[in-house]
Amino acid sequence: MKLQWLDFIWMALLAATGVTWWLGASGALESGRFIFTVVVFALAWLKGLGVLLEFMELRHAPAAWRWALVAGFSVIVAGVLLAAWLG
Amino acid sequence: MRGVSRVFSMSAALAEQPSRRLPGDLFIWYIILLEGATFGVLFLAFAFTRLWHLELFNESQQRLDVSAGALNTALLLTASWCVARAVLAVRAGRRRPGLAWLGAGILGGVGFVVFKLLEYAEKGAEGIGLSTNLFFDFYFILTGFHLLHVLAGLLALGMCGLGLLRQPRNALNAHALETAAAFWHLVDLLWLVLFPLVYVLR
Repeated sequence: MKLQWLDFIWMALLAATGVTWWLGASGALESGRFIFTVVVFALAWLKGLGVLLEFMELRHAPAAWRWALVAGFSVIVAGVLLAAWLG
Repeated sequence: MRGVSRVFSMSAALAEQPSRRLPGDLFIWYIILLEGATFGVLFLAFAFTRLWHLELFNESQQRLDVSAGALNTALLLTASWCVARAVLAVRAGRRRPGLAWLGAGILGGVGFVVFKLLEYAEKGAEGIGLSTNLFFDFYFILTGFHLLHVLAGLLALGMCGLGLLRQPRNALNAHALETAAAFWHLVDLLWLVLFPLVYVLR
């Protein structure tokens, strides 16, 4: 099977999920260091971009749709991160 | 003269670029915007409600299995990748690989549903339900609403598979599959926020 760009994206998404799992299972987020929370949600955001641009093919979509969806997703992740920071 | 040939080569390069278009039916993209906004409000409601009930949320969350959540993430990502590969295969007019990728994607989705139902059964056995506390209200509403979307996506993908079988081999049409795939990727995208928010954030 010839490897395609999508295959590398999938592998990167799985690797990022592995890091998130490790941070969650190791109790790193209970240490009180906010940087771990930032890493977890930065990874979620990057994974979301991978899905939006590559799997959903928004990279080749009209710019208005691409930016509406990327911006909407970014606002949601940023909002969640803000709430986590306030907590 | 060199400038003219440069303009011609640039216009040829532009012409070779894939046309800017949304895959599938335009209507599904409005659904994606609507569903994304709805889940976004629910995610933010969870995140900000947590501020006022931090101890309860942290205590309750320890009863969730991070590994099960990560496994479900991997299943959905893999299913999404398989469906994206199915779209490419069908566009290239290759029905058998297209159906194989689609079948693998559906299998990943079914795996997600099975693990999620097992998780619910485990919570039920522990005496945890919708009325246990505020955290589990959110947990069941968010994951249950998401699960409904997974089931709808699986139904759409299954129907696309049956549709592909009926299409003439030399004239495959990827439009319906592109539409179902866009919805399926949304289901994946939503879980990518739901997993760290509900299972990981402490």
